[in-house]
Amino acid sequence: MRVFFLTLLLIVSLPSLNAATLAEYSFENPSQGEDFRAIIEEMRCLVCQNESLAGSNAELAVDLRNEIYDMMKQGQNKDEIIEFMVSRYGDFVLYNPPLKPTTYAIWFGPLIVFLIGSVVLFRILKRKSRTQETELSAEEQQRLNNLLKQSTDNRDVNQ
Amino acid sequence: MNRYLRYSIPLFIFAIIAAFLFKGLGLNPREIPSPLIGKPIPEFSLPTVENAETIVNKVDLNGKVYLLNVWATWCVSCRAEHETLVRLSRSGKVDIVGLNWKDERDKAQAWLRQLGDPYTINIFDKKGRTAIDLGVYGAPETFLVDSKGIIHYKHAGPMTMTLFNETLLPMIEDLKHKG
Repeated sequence: MRVFFLTLLLIVSLPSLNAATLAEYSFENPSQGEDFRAIIEEMRCLVCQNESLAGSNAELAVDLRNEIYDMMKQGQNKDEIIEFMVSRYGDFVLYNPPLKPTTYAIWFGPLIVFLIGSVVLFRILKRKSRTQETELSAEEQQRLNNLLKQSTDNRDVNQ
Repeated sequence: MNRYLRYSIPLFIFAIIAAFLFKGLGLNPREIPSPLIGKPIPEFSLPTVENAETIVNKVDLNGKVYLLNVWATWCVSCRAEHETLVRLSRSGKVDIVGLNWKDERDKAQAWLRQLGDPYTINIFDKKGRTAIDLGVYGAPETFLVDSKGIIHYKHAGPMTMTLFNETLLPMIEDLKHKG
């Protein structure tokens, strides 16, 4: 049990360890620091693939962080840096993929599935409410009454 | 009949999802399409592995179709593919240019002495800056470059004879015909 909690503590403290590795990047202008952090948060590390450039300790991620840091120090803006990365590593490097024909499925797929689901749900609900509202004709009502009476009689006999 | 059709819808949806997942099992997440296909190799000016004084530029590589192979002595897969590269260079079917990535010069030289040297030129990229311009994210990686310095193909992972014979060789011959 103790091992479990120690492990849990270690896992929970991991993100802060990662954040600490970014302390080496200092900016005179605080907004520039925020931009830097935002850029490396939304870039994928190509080595680990499920980590951002900010979170990864892979050597390539360190090199790319340094490269982006140098570019920002030279006064390049966010768009220029994203263009730099995409021209080398492709859209894959972005966690936020741009809207274009090859990514339509990613952007609109969930919406289409949602619409199909809504239509199906709507139709089922409509059919159900329609069945409930169906009124019996006089003849049917008579038959129903007979049946109900019959089943009551049966129960009485059984008891 | 209508009822059977309706009950088979979940099965049908399951089949579609299963087909996609099965296809996904066979895909290699390391194969990332390179945006550099059809683009020229980046400008660089770097020394060779053999000699720190010899500087190679982009234009020095022009004039021949070649494979640009990114390698390092710390990379295990590079060792695995090295024999294939040596065989390819001996076959004389294509030139291989090396890009030694974030490595030590003496280790790289020892490696080539020990395992054989398949490279016509071996560029020494100690800082890995040219590798970043090439969109390299792991070693080994191999690019197919034409005589004008345009990239036509990229393979991430070890080179194999099958890959070379079935994919690269037809492209190389095609490029050589075009001049």
